[in-house]
Amino acid sequence: MSTTTIAAAPRIPTARSGLLRRIQVLEPATLVWLALIGVLVFLVAWPIAELVASSLRHPRTGDWTLSNYAAAYGRARYVDALLNSLALGALSALICAVLAVPMAWACSRTDMPGRGFAWFTVLAAFIIPPYLGAVGWILLAGPNSGWINQGWSFVTGTPDSTLFNVYTFTGLALVIALHSYPFIFIFAKSALDLVNSEMEDAANILGAGTWATTWKVTLPLVWPTILAGIILVFLETIALFGTPAIIGIPARINVVTTQLWQFFEAPVRAEVAAAYAMPLLLITLMLIGIQRLLLSRKSYVSQTGKGGERRPIRLGPFWRWALFGWCAFVCLLSVVAPMIALVQASFAKAWGRGFSFDNLTLKNYTFLLFEHDAAWGAVVNTFAYSATSATIAMILALAIAYVVKRNLMPFGMALAFLCMAPFVIPGIVMAIGFYAAYAGPPLTLYGTAALMVFAFTTRFLPIAYANGAAGMQMIHPEMEEAVRILGGGRLTAIRRVVAPLLKKALLGGWLLVFILATRELSAAIFLVGPETRTISVLLYDLSEEGNLESLSALGGILLVITLLFVGAGMRLIGRDFMLRRH
Amino acid sequence: MSKLVLRNLHRSFGSVAAVDGVDLTLAEGEFVSLLGPSGCGKTTTLRMIAGFIPPSEGSIEMDGEVLSAPDAVTPPERRRMSMIFQSYAIWPNMTVEQNVAFGLKLRKLPEAEVRRRTGEILEVVQMGHLGSRYPGELSGGQQQRVALARAIVVKPSVLLLDEPLSNLDANLREEMRFEIRRLHDEFRITTVYVTHDQAEAMVTSDRIAVMNAGRIEQVDDPFALYNRPRTRFVAGFIGRTNFLEARLAGDRLDLDGFALPAGLIDRPAGLNGGPVVLSVRPQSITLHRSAPPGGDGGVAVAAQVLECAYLGEHWDYVVVPQGSDTRLRVTAGPTQRHQPGEAVWLRFDPAQIVAIG
Repeated sequence: MSTTTIAAAPRIPTARSGLLRRIQVLEPATLVWLALIGVLVFLVAWPIAELVASSLRHPRTGDWTLSNYAAAYGRARYVDALLNSLALGALSALICAVLAVPMAWACSRTDMPGRGFAWFTVLAAFIIPPYLGAVGWILLAGPNSGWINQGWSFVTGTPDSTLFNVYTFTGLALVIALHSYPFIFIFAKSALDLVNSEMEDAANILGAGTWATTWKVTLPLVWPTILAGIILVFLETIALFGTPAIIGIPARINVVTTQLWQFFEAPVRAEVAAAYAMPLLLITLMLIGIQRLLLSRKSYVSQTGKGGERRPIRLGPFWRWALFGWCAFVCLLSVVAPMIALVQASFAKAWGRGFSFDNLTLKNYTFLLFEHDAAWGAVVNTFAYSATSATIAMILALAIAYVVKRNLMPFGMALAFLCMAPFVIPGIVMAIGFYAAYAGPPLTLYGTAALMVFAFTTRFLPIAYANGAAGMQMIHPEMEEAVRILGGGRLTAIRRVVAPLLKKALLGGWLLVFILATRELSAAIFLVGPETRTISVLLYDLSEEGNLESLSALGGILLVITLLFVGAGMRLIGRDFMLRRH
Repeated sequence: MSKLVLRNLHRSFGSVAAVDGVDLTLAEGEFVSLLGPSGCGKTTTLRMIAGFIPPSEGSIEMDGEVLSAPDAVTPPERRRMSMIFQSYAIWPNMTVEQNVAFGLKLRKLPEAEVRRRTGEILEVVQMGHLGSRYPGELSGGQQQRVALARAIVVKPSVLLLDEPLSNLDANLREEMRFEIRRLHDEFRITTVYVTHDQAEAMVTSDRIAVMNAGRIEQVDDPFALYNRPRTRFVAGFIGRTNFLEARLAGDRLDLDGFALPAGLIDRPAGLNGGPVVLSVRPQSITLHRSAPPGGDGGVAVAAQVLECAYLGEHWDYVVVPQGSDTRLRVTAGPTQRHQPGEAVWLRFDPAQIVAIG
C-alpha cells in the first residue's frame, strides 16, 4: 500500500518530500488500517485462497492438478449427493413458502385474530437450533415408535403402522422447512408492510374483490421479495449440515454436506473435499447475486412506502379463523410438538413410555453434567468460544465500520468487502478453507481452541459488521466533530461519545453472534479436536450413539442457554433484535 | 488587528473546485457571514477554518499563526475554536449540563469553576432550569440554545456557525437570529456564520461575504451590500431587483424607450461609455396617477400597469413604460391600488439605482 496518505487529503505535489511524507505514512491511523487488513487477510482471504489452492494441488507433491476434482466427481454416488442437495433445497424452500406466505399476509394485511401469536411462533421457530427440531421430529415421527405413528397404530388398530416417516426425503425436507420458514415470513411481511391500502383501494374501486386484489395486485407487488426469501432458504438448506446428518445419514440420503463430512473421515481427504465444495460455493455466489438483483428492484415497493393509509383487510369469520388455524397448525408442527417431545424425552427414563410420574427422572441431566466425560467440558467450551468470537467479531466489525463510515483511509471499502465476504460462503465451505489454511504446518492449529474461535469469528463477521455499520450510520459525524472543535482528540470522541451511543447496537450484535455461535455445528464439526468439543458437536456424537434421552437432555441444556440469552437480548434491546433484516 | 486571515484559499474534491480562491480578513470581535446558495463553497470554507478539511492551496492564519496550509494542518482540537453544527450535535448520552461543561473539563479547569461557568451560561441562554434534562427531552429551539451555550462557554478565539437555524421553524428562526446577535454583542467573540438566508445574515452580521461558485463576490456591511451591489450576482441574490440593459452616452443612460440622467447614478470607476446593466430595486420606483413633479433628480416616465398581486404588506405590480418592451417590477404601499391596463406615471429615484459593470 504505497499510496497511503492521511485522511481524505488530496495528494498535492509539494516541495517538501522525504521525512514529512514518511511520518505521515507511519501515522497511528495508518498502522490501525494495516493491522485491520492483516487480521482480515488472516481470517477471511487466506482461508478462501487456501481452499481454492488446495483443491487444485496434489496433497503430497503439491503440484497443480485437476485430479482432486476427478476424485470428487468420479463416482455416481458423489454426483447424486449434489443433485440430492439441490432437490432438497428446492423442496424445503417450496414447503417454507407454503407455510409462511399465508401467515405473513394474514399478519400484515388482515384482521386475523392472534397476529401477535403468529409472530411469536415465527420467532420461536427461528431461535430453536435447527438440529433440536430434528431430534424432536425423530421422537415424533420415527417409524413405528414415534408419537405420531404410535397414535396412528392405535387409531387404525394395526400395530407398527406408519403414518409419516421422518427418515425419508420428504421428512427431511419438512423438518428443515419447519426451521427455515421464518426467513420467508420476514421477507414477505416486511414487503407487505410497505404496500399501502390505496394500492388495493385502486383495484377495489375498479371492481376487484378482496381475493382478486390480493392475487392480482398485492402478491405480485411483493413477489420479488418473496422470491429472494425462497433463494435464501434454498441456500441455507444446501449448506445445512446438522439436520441432514441426524436424519439423512440413518435414512441413507446423501447430500453435499454429509458427503463432505465423509471425505473428512479417516483417511482425511481435505483436498478432495475442497474440490467437492466448489459447486456449493459457486451456486451460492450466483444465487446471492440473483437475490441482490431481485431486492434492488425496490422501485416496485418503495414508491408505495411513503404516505398512504394502511387498513387491515376485513376477512369474514370463516377466513379469519381458517387463517388462524393455519398459523396454529404451523406453530404446533414447528415449535410446540417437537419441543414437548424433546423436553419429555429429556426427563424420561425411557421416552417411549410416555407421560407418567414413574417415568420422570433427572438422571439424563445429572448424567450429562456430572458423569459424562465430555458434556461439561462441551458446555464450558461452547460458552468460551462463543463469547470470545462474539467479542473479537464485534471489536473488529466496529473498528472497520468506523474506518469505513468516517472515510479515514483510502480503500476503506476493501475492508468492508472482506468483512462481508464470509456471507456468501457456506459455513461448511469456510471450515474446509480454515482446515486447509491452518490445520497443518506452519501453524498446526488443528484441535486447538484458537482454530474454533477463528472460524466462528469469520463465520459471523458479516452479521457483526452489519450491526456495527448500522450503529455507526446512526451517529452523525458532527457528534464527533463537536468534541474535536472543543479540544478533544479522536480517541476522546470515540470514548466519550461514539462508544456510549453505540452501546445498545454493540450489545445487540454481540448477543446475536453469541447465540448463533452457541449452536454452530457445520464449521465446528470439521475443525473440532478431542479437547475442543462444543455442545453442538457432542449432540451430533450422541445422535450417532442413538441414546435419545441423553441427546434430548443435552438439547434441553442448549435450549435453556439459548432462551436465557435471547430473553436477555429482548429485555435489553427489544423484542425483534434477532429478526432484523440486514 | 486582524484576527483571522484566509489567504487565496482553494479546495477541490476530485475535479470539482468547491472553494476557488477565497480571501477574507476578520477583525477581532467581528461577526462575518458567508452567504450564498447551496454548493457555493461556504460550508467547505467554514470546515477549512475549523480544521476538518485541509486546503488544497492557500492558508488560514489566526493571530498571525498559520493554522492551515496544504501540507500542515493544525487539528481542530488544537485551534481553541468552537462550532455550532447544522444538526446541533448535542450529545444525547449527556445531560444539558454535561454537554455544556464538556469543553471546560477538557481544558482541565477546576470543578468549581466548571460548575460556575456552566450555570452562568445556561442562565444567559435561558436554559438554567433545564440543566439536568437529556437532549431527547428538549425542543429544537432548546437544543439550539444548548449548542450556543456549549460553544460560547469555552470563550473560543473564533466561533463558527454552520447554518444553525436551518432546522428550526420560521418563527423560532426569527427569534434566534436576534438571540445570536445579542450573544455576540454581549461576548464579542470573533464569529464566522454560514447561511443561505439573507435575512439571517443581515440581522446578525457586521459584514457579509457573498459567495458564488467557490469565490467571494463582495464583502460589505448589510447596508452597502443591498444598496451598492458590485456584481450582478450580488444584486440578484440580496433582495429583489430589476436588471435593465442600458447604454451610457455622455451624461445620459439610454434605456429601451426612455432615458435616465447618468450623473446621479452610482457606477464603477472607469466606466465612461458603452453598454451597462442597471440594478433597479422595485421600491426605488414609485407609481403616480398623474405626472409627478421633478426635483431631486427624479425622472418621470409614462407607463401602463400589466399585472398586479396583493401581498398584504405591499402590492407587487408589473409595469411597462410607454414605447418600451421592458417589464418592470414595482412595489407600492398596501393602499395604493391600480388596475391592470391603467395608465400610470413612474418616478425613478436615481440615488437608489446602481450600474454594474
